[in-house]
Amino acid sequence: MINHLIVSPLLLPLLMGTVIILNANQPVARHRILGLSSCLALLVLTGILLFQSAQGPIQTYVLGDWPTPFGIVMVLDRLSAMMLFITALLALLCLAHATRGTDREGKNFHALFQFQLLGINGAFLTGDIFNLFVFFEIMLLSSYGLVLHGGGGLRTRAGMHYVILNLVGSSIFLVGVGILYALLGTLNMADLAVRMAAAPAENAALLQAAGLILFAVFALKAALLPLCFWLPDAYGFTSAPVAALFAVMTKVGVYVILRVYCLVFSEFAGVGAGLLSAWLLPAALITLAAGAAGVAGSRDLRRITAYLVIVSVGTLLAVIGTFQREAIAAAIVYLPHTTFMTAAMFLVVDLIRRQRPDAGSELIPDRPVGQPTLLGLLFLTAAVAIGGLPPLSGFFAKVMMLMTVQGNNAAPWIWTLVLGGGLLALVALGRAGIIIFWKLLPTDDMRNGQGTSHDPVPVYALADVFPAAFLLGISPLLVIFGGGITEFALAAADHVINPVHYIEAVLGPDRSLPLLYPFGGE
Amino acid sequence: MEWLVSACFGVMIACGVYLVLRARTFPVILGLTLMGYAINLFLFLTGRLHTNLPDIISANQTRYADPLPQALVLTAIVIGFAMIAFLVVLSLRALGELDTDHVDGQQEKPPA
Repeated sequence: MINHLIVSPLLLPLLMGTVIILNANQPVARHRILGLSSCLALLVLTGILLFQSAQGPIQTYVLGDWPTPFGIVMVLDRLSAMMLFITALLALLCLAHATRGTDREGKNFHALFQFQLLGINGAFLTGDIFNLFVFFEIMLLSSYGLVLHGGGGLRTRAGMHYVILNLVGSSIFLVGVGILYALLGTLNMADLAVRMAAAPAENAALLQAAGLILFAVFALKAALLPLCFWLPDAYGFTSAPVAALFAVMTKVGVYVILRVYCLVFSEFAGVGAGLLSAWLLPAALITLAAGAAGVAGSRDLRRITAYLVIVSVGTLLAVIGTFQREAIAAAIVYLPHTTFMTAAMFLVVDLIRRQRPDAGSELIPDRPVGQPTLLGLLFLTAAVAIGGLPPLSGFFAKVMMLMTVQGNNAAPWIWTLVLGGGLLALVALGRAGIIIFWKLLPTDDMRNGQGTSHDPVPVYALADVFPAAFLLGISPLLVIFGGGITEFALAAADHVINPVHYIEAVLGPDRSLPLLYPFGGE
Repeated sequence: MEWLVSACFGVMIACGVYLVLRARTFPVILGLTLMGYAINLFLFLTGRLHTNLPDIISANQTRYADPLPQALVLTAIVIGFAMIAFLVVLSLRALGELDTDHVDGQQEKPPA
């Protein structure tokens, strides 16, 4: 019995995006209803998929019923189900925030948003490396539109760099895929893993080169250090809901690195075995350090948040870079926390920015914000969660990550940089909070005795702050249900670190035997 | 034949990289296009160089042309074309908004 639900996270945004485009000239209220209902339905569907994947084995969906490995296959394991659910929840809240005004700044916001979801969901689900390229391109093309949404010179300039870099990245991706196909004769990731294990030693250099070429592309998506300089501008200058949604886009890079290098270049992979173990950890640690320096050095709250995304990617990949089951599980626990909290920070900063008409998100003294208690509380909660202080989820996830990497040789480095990065983030966010909420210019009333010479700032109703507050509210939930999430993450890490499960699910039980025999089985 | 094809590929990539590293949007777009062509050629070549091989199964043939790279390259061409078209529009918009075709959006300094 084929589970048709698996393909629904692709079909639904595709259908809704098309419907919204057909209604392009209708009032934006209709787009909002369509977009929000699509995201809501997506949340329900991915919730069901998450529940199913937590219960059962890895499920596959064979498009067009072409026999694998010839056709394209979608694979739903625990990790991809979790990523789908995170994306759907984040998308719903970002879209809810965007309906408070951002979506009016330009045309076709809602259609682009749906296609963006199509691309992201596809990248999580696909089991075919060329299909991954296609979904990357869908994701990127919509993200180009979203980055530029609202216009303005800064966005155009940042968008230009983003587009050119990613076009070069796509070209390089095709080179890597081409080499893999030329040598192994398949594009299905499970089949690639099997054939990689059986590849002759004479092809070792080319196969490893292909693996590292692909790593360069994924590192560009995830924003690892030499390839992360596009991120602060692109995320810092774009509109807040888009930046918040993009918090999950860098995690696509993280997910793909985890997927491909634990499957195709796993320890069973013969000539390609353990390809990344020498590269990923140092690269991630340097990224973490650079991100922390950027956080400490930025003079604009939006850029600080953008650098926090880099810190979060560096932390995740440093822990994943140990390629141990428990460490990967800890990273899977940390992943939803860091995605939701950086996204929440983008939204909170947007709320603060709109009540500071002169300074915006820049860290210079300005008149007080209109609702200091509300915004102060939101900002404090976000800062505590991101900095990794108890009692919110950042603390527990970080403790778990640090405990699980203890056995690794690089543990002192990871501990120092993760804790140091957290400290720098706290200092930077604390300084930002002091400047925004306490270091105030005198209000107009005091200065010239008469009313407002500035434009009145918007006053937020419940609906305005709800998305940001809800995102922050996920953090205590992650703590309360921490036990269940940890068990889930351990089970997910089991399936990720051991490629045999994935290969058996995709190709059938007998195809994974070549992997098992040389090592005497499990 | 192998040498000729690899030399074509290498020269195209080299020219593409050189142009992408230029500071103006037009050469960058040309460079990306050139790189795109080179990559498409490369994908096409992953099916290896053959002459006179059929792609339809017949009883008296043992070797065939690989059809998959042809399908891949078709997809890559379509996607690449769309991306280049988008980049052209974006560059025109940047020229309008920033009043310069420099990729960093800065006016060059006037000659001293």
